[in-house]
Amino acid sequence: MNKNKTKKKFKVIIEPDECKGCERCVNACPKSVLKMSSTLNFMGLPYACYTGDGCIGCSACFYNCPEPGAVTIVEITEED
Amino acid sequence: MMEYTRKILLKGNEAAVYGALLAGCDCYFGYPITPASEIAHTAAKFFPKMGRVFLQAESEIAAINMVMGASAAGRRVMTASSGLGISLKQEGVSYLAGCELPAVIVDITRGGPGLGNIGPEQSDYNQVVKGGGHGSYRCIVLAPSSVQEMCDLTAEAFDLAEKYRTPVYVMADGVIGQMMESLKLPEPAKTKYDVPEWALDGVNNRNNMMTSIFLEHDELEAVNVKLQKKYADICAVEQRAEEYCMEDAEIVFVGYGIAGRIARTAVDHLREEGIKAGLIRPITLFPFPVEYMRKSIDNAKIYFSVEMSCGQLIDDVKLAIECAHPVKLINRMGGNIPTVDEIITKCRNHMAELDKKAE
Amino acid sequence: MAELVKHARPKGFFENFDRRPGAIHKNMHYCPGCGHGILHKIMAEAIADFGVQDNTVIISPVGCSVFAYYYFDCFGISVPHGRAPAVGTGLNRANPKNIVISYQGDGDLGAIGFNNFIQAANRGENICVLFVNNAIYGMTGGQMAPTTLPGQKTVTSPSGRSVMNDGYPMKVSEMVSTLDAPVYVERAALSTTRNIMRARKAVRKAIKNTVDQKGFSMVEVLAGCPINLKLDAKEMNEFIDTQMTRFFPLKCFKDEADHRDPIKRTEGEHEAERVRELLYPVKVQKGVSDDFRNPSKIFEKERKIKVAGFGGQGVLSLGNMIATMGKLRNFNVSWLPSYGPEMRGGTANCSVILSRKTVGSPIVDKDCNLLIVLNQPSMDAFLPVLKKKGVLIYDSSTIEPPKVSKDKIVYSVKASDIAKQLGHLRYANSVILGALSVVMEDCFLEGADKQDFDRTFEEAIMDCFSNKESVIQLNIEAFYAGKQAVKRI
Repeated sequence: MNKNKTKKKFKVIIEPDECKGCERCVNACPKSVLKMSSTLNFMGLPYACYTGDGCIGCSACFYNCPEPGAVTIVEITEED
Repeated sequence: MMEYTRKILLKGNEAAVYGALLAGCDCYFGYPITPASEIAHTAAKFFPKMGRVFLQAESEIAAINMVMGASAAGRRVMTASSGLGISLKQEGVSYLAGCELPAVIVDITRGGPGLGNIGPEQSDYNQVVKGGGHGSYRCIVLAPSSVQEMCDLTAEAFDLAEKYRTPVYVMADGVIGQMMESLKLPEPAKTKYDVPEWALDGVNNRNNMMTSIFLEHDELEAVNVKLQKKYADICAVEQRAEEYCMEDAEIVFVGYGIAGRIARTAVDHLREEGIKAGLIRPITLFPFPVEYMRKSIDNAKIYFSVEMSCGQLIDDVKLAIECAHPVKLINRMGGNIPTVDEIITKCRNHMAELDKKAE
Repeated sequence: MAELVKHARPKGFFENFDRRPGAIHKNMHYCPGCGHGILHKIMAEAIADFGVQDNTVIISPVGCSVFAYYYFDCFGISVPHGRAPAVGTGLNRANPKNIVISYQGDGDLGAIGFNNFIQAANRGENICVLFVNNAIYGMTGGQMAPTTLPGQKTVTSPSGRSVMNDGYPMKVSEMVSTLDAPVYVERAALSTTRNIMRARKAVRKAIKNTVDQKGFSMVEVLAGCPINLKLDAKEMNEFIDTQMTRFFPLKCFKDEADHRDPIKRTEGEHEAERVRELLYPVKVQKGVSDDFRNPSKIFEKERKIKVAGFGGQGVLSLGNMIATMGKLRNFNVSWLPSYGPEMRGGTANCSVILSRKTVGSPIVDKDCNLLIVLNQPSMDAFLPVLKKKGVLIYDSSTIEPPKVSKDKIVYSVKASDIAKQLGHLRYANSVILGALSVVMEDCFLEGADKQDFDRTFEEAIMDCFSNKESVIQLNIEAFYAGKQAVKRI
């Protein structure tokens, strides 16, 4: 094992113009870190947003989302 | 070493399969139906022997859709049926035409409407020659009238289908399908033809795609315009007919398939009596041999459409000569075949009528 | 700090959906929350992960997913309603390297195309069927599907599906899994995250089976159609998990992939020499050269022959032998049978024409030069077509001597009796040919042709019955017996 302890962090990137606002991801998120926007995207629909903190990278939102590229999940590796 | 001959006695139905195999046909999909079944029997015997695909489909509809799949894969493929079976295939043929997919469909016509009977009618003319399914499409239609032509034209149908990316029918009646004649088999096609570049095959770019749905009206109109251009090109260069005693013919018989052969014998008899009769036997029904018809107008006085349907061919005869002369119908239906005597008698009656009018 | 993309737009999709008309090229055309989108993502991920995009063909059915080819970066084809498994059969049989995914909805698969589906399954075609069951017709505007639940309201079941009127929901997975051929059948649901992940596993397994040529795999996917069902995302999942699963339980019905050998298909033979070997007839004896013409005057004109009797006497093959003799001596010949129900055990007849010119009408309905009859009804039926000076040969085993005008040439032979003595009625036709040989010698043949007839007959027998040594011998015996026994009347 590497002596340096690694701590995994994740974030969700939601492309507002690729979201149709079905809310499946918001419902599916086990940590409730997604919410719906108060503004509308270019299709005229409300869209999901990441609250900015608390994503565990479980991918529930990604696989619940019916849109090809609306959700991207990124792993952030920080070395102590 | 075995010595082979190319001379063979075959039924028309069998000859179609020989022609297909020699042209390199890879796949046969079909459903049995009289009087086309020997095509399936012969295919079942030979295709697997050559490692090629023979599959008895669950229905006529399945068969034409399997044809669509194999054609999309870029392989030479055929099916065969008759009358009601062709009716069932029409949706699939429309898709083939719409997707510009080549395929060869052999139609050994029988009596209709409905279940009709298995006698040799030619009443598929309209549904095969005029498109048949939905949409403004046409298929090339070849009409063999001998066993040799069943073989040769079926083989050629694959080349035409591929050249124009269109379904091609080989349409013969039950008599041509069931009769045996001696024929000379053609040479096998070149060892293996290339998979076309549009095909859904891993050797091609996976961007290849086939569809016939175009929601934008302008886009679908453009597709139709392109198809019509293709059909016009086909009409310009692919017309074919056999002319018999036409140099000075005043009485012109027009008939294809078995009706054409019987009319030919009638011409012989009439010529023996000194009557200037001739025959135009269309070999292509689409494109209709309009040029051959027009050439005949100057000498002709009267035309007879000899057919085993109720005035289906006659429409094209009238259109082709633009009603320049009277066009009369000599036909039988229900599986009956006009006899030589019938043709001669009806011809005489009409001639007498014309003379009467002229007086 | 490093950033690593864990999940993003699957590589099995096009980067831009340029095939899609209009302004939107990143999204699919499906409604918000639609199950198709979720399934498409799983598929796109799988074909990219397996590295099979270059050989994958996704079939777009008719239904909402008709435009699936807008999206997948692989081969695509849109096909007639319900026919995807038939088209898939063609695609894969023609080229077994094609990895075919037949994507179908509940109308496409469960209604209009059920037969094509179940038959492809029963043949064990190497295709992967992904069956989207959302209990409604989406594209056409919310009509009842075969899988619509009892009591469920749709625009064509406005008071709710009545089982008395419409029957019960169609249980496709249950039905197909009773067949022997399918290798893998599972029903999954695109509802909760847990179910979606199970569905993902199932879809990947089905596609993998197809890649591995294991045969027919199907995943039935319960999917949401929230817009037509007028449900929000939560309600949609609840509907799937509590209502739909009552009729459509989630389970693996069949998984035999581990015990199945890959399907092997042959490559088509196209080598010209091999094709010749299979199709060209073997030359019998030495035959004659192509320019050989029998000198006798009789052969200058077209000759029309009618052979008639009942099925089983070898009437059609007698005609065939005569036609074969003609072929071997470079005549144009035609042989036309009466065909249809009568040939399966009634009267049978055939017309044979030999000519040096093109044969016109192949029908012999008058001016017959040679009439051969093997039973009384045929005698009655066809004697009138015999031409003046025509030849009649009949089987005197059963037929009474006919009353004919004096100009006719009449011969008889006890063909059936002699054939039975030789072991089987089917040799009657060769006995008749023996008789014909005598008729020809007596009346028509000149010079070298006198011997040629017997030689031609023997060649024809070999041509007709190649590889059947005993049959050839008995027919030749019958022929010579016929020659001995024939009588001029």
